[in-house]
Amino acid sequence: MKTIAAALVAGLAFSAQAMAEPVKIGMITTLSGGGAGLGIDIRDGFLLAIKESGNKDIKVIVEDDAQKPELAVQIADKMVQSEKVDILTGIVWSNLAMAVVPGVVGQGTFYLSTNAGPSALAGEKCNPNYFNVAYQNDNLHEAMGNYANTANYKKTFILAPNYPAGTDALTGFKRFYKGALAGELYTKVGQTDYATEIAQIRASGADSVYFFLPGGMGIAFMKQYSQSGISTPVMGPGFSFDQDVLGAIGDAALGVKNSSHWSKDLDNAANKKYVAAFKAEYKRLPSLYATQGYDTANLILSAVAKASVKDKDAFRAALKEAKFDSVRGKFKFGNNNHPIQDIYVREVIKEDGVLTNKIVATSFTDHQDAYAANCKM
Amino acid sequence: MSSALIIEQALNGLQFGIMLFLMAAGLTLIFGVMGVINLAHGSLYMVGAFACAAVAAYTGSFWLGLVASLIAAAAAGAIVEVTVIRRLYNRDHLDQVLATFALILIFSEGTRWVFGSFPLYLDIPKVLQGAISLPGGAQYQLYRLAIIGAGLVVAIGLYLLIAKTRLGMRIRAGESDREMIGALGVDIASLNTIVFALGAALAGLAGALVGALQSVQVGMGEPVLILAFVVIVIGGIGSIKGALAGAILVGVVDTMGRFVLPQLFTLFMEPSQAATAGAAVASMLIYIVMAFILAVRPKGLFAVNA
Repeated sequence: MKTIAAALVAGLAFSAQAMAEPVKIGMITTLSGGGAGLGIDIRDGFLLAIKESGNKDIKVIVEDDAQKPELAVQIADKMVQSEKVDILTGIVWSNLAMAVVPGVVGQGTFYLSTNAGPSALAGEKCNPNYFNVAYQNDNLHEAMGNYANTANYKKTFILAPNYPAGTDALTGFKRFYKGALAGELYTKVGQTDYATEIAQIRASGADSVYFFLPGGMGIAFMKQYSQSGISTPVMGPGFSFDQDVLGAIGDAALGVKNSSHWSKDLDNAANKKYVAAFKAEYKRLPSLYATQGYDTANLILSAVAKASVKDKDAFRAALKEAKFDSVRGKFKFGNNNHPIQDIYVREVIKEDGVLTNKIVATSFTDHQDAYAANCKM
Repeated sequence: MSSALIIEQALNGLQFGIMLFLMAAGLTLIFGVMGVINLAHGSLYMVGAFACAAVAAYTGSFWLGLVASLIAAAAAGAIVEVTVIRRLYNRDHLDQVLATFALILIFSEGTRWVFGSFPLYLDIPKVLQGAISLPGGAQYQLYRLAIIGAGLVVAIGLYLLIAKTRLGMRIRAGESDREMIGALGVDIASLNTIVFALGAALAGLAGALVGALQSVQVGMGEPVLILAFVVIVIGGIGSIKGALAGAILVGVVDTMGRFVLPQLFTLFMEPSQAATAGAAVASMLIYIVMAFILAVRPKGLFAVNA
């Protein structure tokens, strides 16, 4: 168990009231097992922002959930009950978020999501103490469905793993896509061989393929697809083509269009500073997960500067204002405390011998999720 | 449904089965000769894949990586046998499961410590890239055909090794009666180490071959391990012939199930429901087949002591 106390020189700019109150942040994220790359990026992005702020009243406790819901619940209980943290954050996976978040926010602790955005928490189960700084799960898929119309695709073949986030993904895609489907497939979670699916894509006569296969699944799919002799263009959400997996996919990813709410080449001062600082600190390029960690930390810092975390109402209002320099350029919360933001279409390119993304289009401007209307807030 | 699609899917099933055979052969040998349930077999598969990816990245040659995967996995297997497994022969299966489960955790975190958490890159060698045309208008990925070829060569090699050589004779004798061959003066300790290293090398080879097709990452071995156990239970524990038959059966049933069932379900369901329901049933199919085979032949298809 790692406990990392991030502490540096005292921040002169902060009010006397805020300085007097130390803020305790608990981070539960995935640092071991197959999904560890995502959690490590979130942690590194988060701690980079805390370090840059120089605010030594903020104490961050990091623990590994090993991608297990029961372990995440245990850690959350411990952090809330005995460590008395003011804010919890860090969870990568939607099933873990669903296990942890309702209990935590029900006890009056703030939870800021650095990645997971299950539909229930955006709609009926929304909560004033729950803020999602990343996206609602459907958003990136909706953006690609919208882009498929622009690209004039009429017969898209779609596939995703057979679990809630997978069915949500394809629902999100279909919500905006106007063409016909050449086929719709649900694969096993954790499947790494896609020969069967690729044969069906070949036989379907599709004019494009959309897939949501997070982590190793997507790497395997892309490598096998590129070797299959099919030339039908592929689209995916940004998760499948971000910095954490591009190296392992290799040149097979070149030219693939993918959607994201952030990209390394977004032209704003905060983003330029962030990308340079991340590279200098960790010797690699940041991924969108790292970016979500970084933005979450900066949102907390902006609220800490305005209000004491012990004054829940004032602190909640300060979070909701979201007055921080997001590396996404603009950022605001909707009624359900989920982001209203632009979503871009990126293309995988090679830059100085490293695979990365560049923005080629904007799919949505000020996009809000489909569940906001179900939230009574 | 065209014949090209059916040919392609049949080859996919065969290729998947061959890959499972490489895993299951080592597992069944180790269980047959030493009576040890080796849960860490999936870790040896991972070691092979990482060794291949690392050496291929360093030297630029996939083939050197393949050699490295055999050496690394065999060495890891031999070390594990000498330091851990050797102490477990006379303990019950629960102790073996506990110790080899601990080995999974040690291998996984050790690999993460050396290589980091992000998946490694391993590409198919240049000569095997792309797809080729088959009779009947089907197209098939060349590398998958190469895996089928390599697996068949290994199967024949194992048959010759076990049926025709002195080492094979000792392995068969060891499967029948461990104490007796020890009493006859065979160095049972080094025989165990050799068999364990051989099984490990096969797993490492499978890891390297598959790593180029999928992704090389920590934890890649465990899903395959579960299927390999299904294979040896179906084939009969300890039987190489059973492992081959079971592996191809599992490979073909799983592939065809994933392909046919969702389409079958569309006959009486709407497409998106059929897709999810079909996928769910397809993922259970091999376990249903296993249950059926065990009901008819409780010791598997080619039970060693039947």
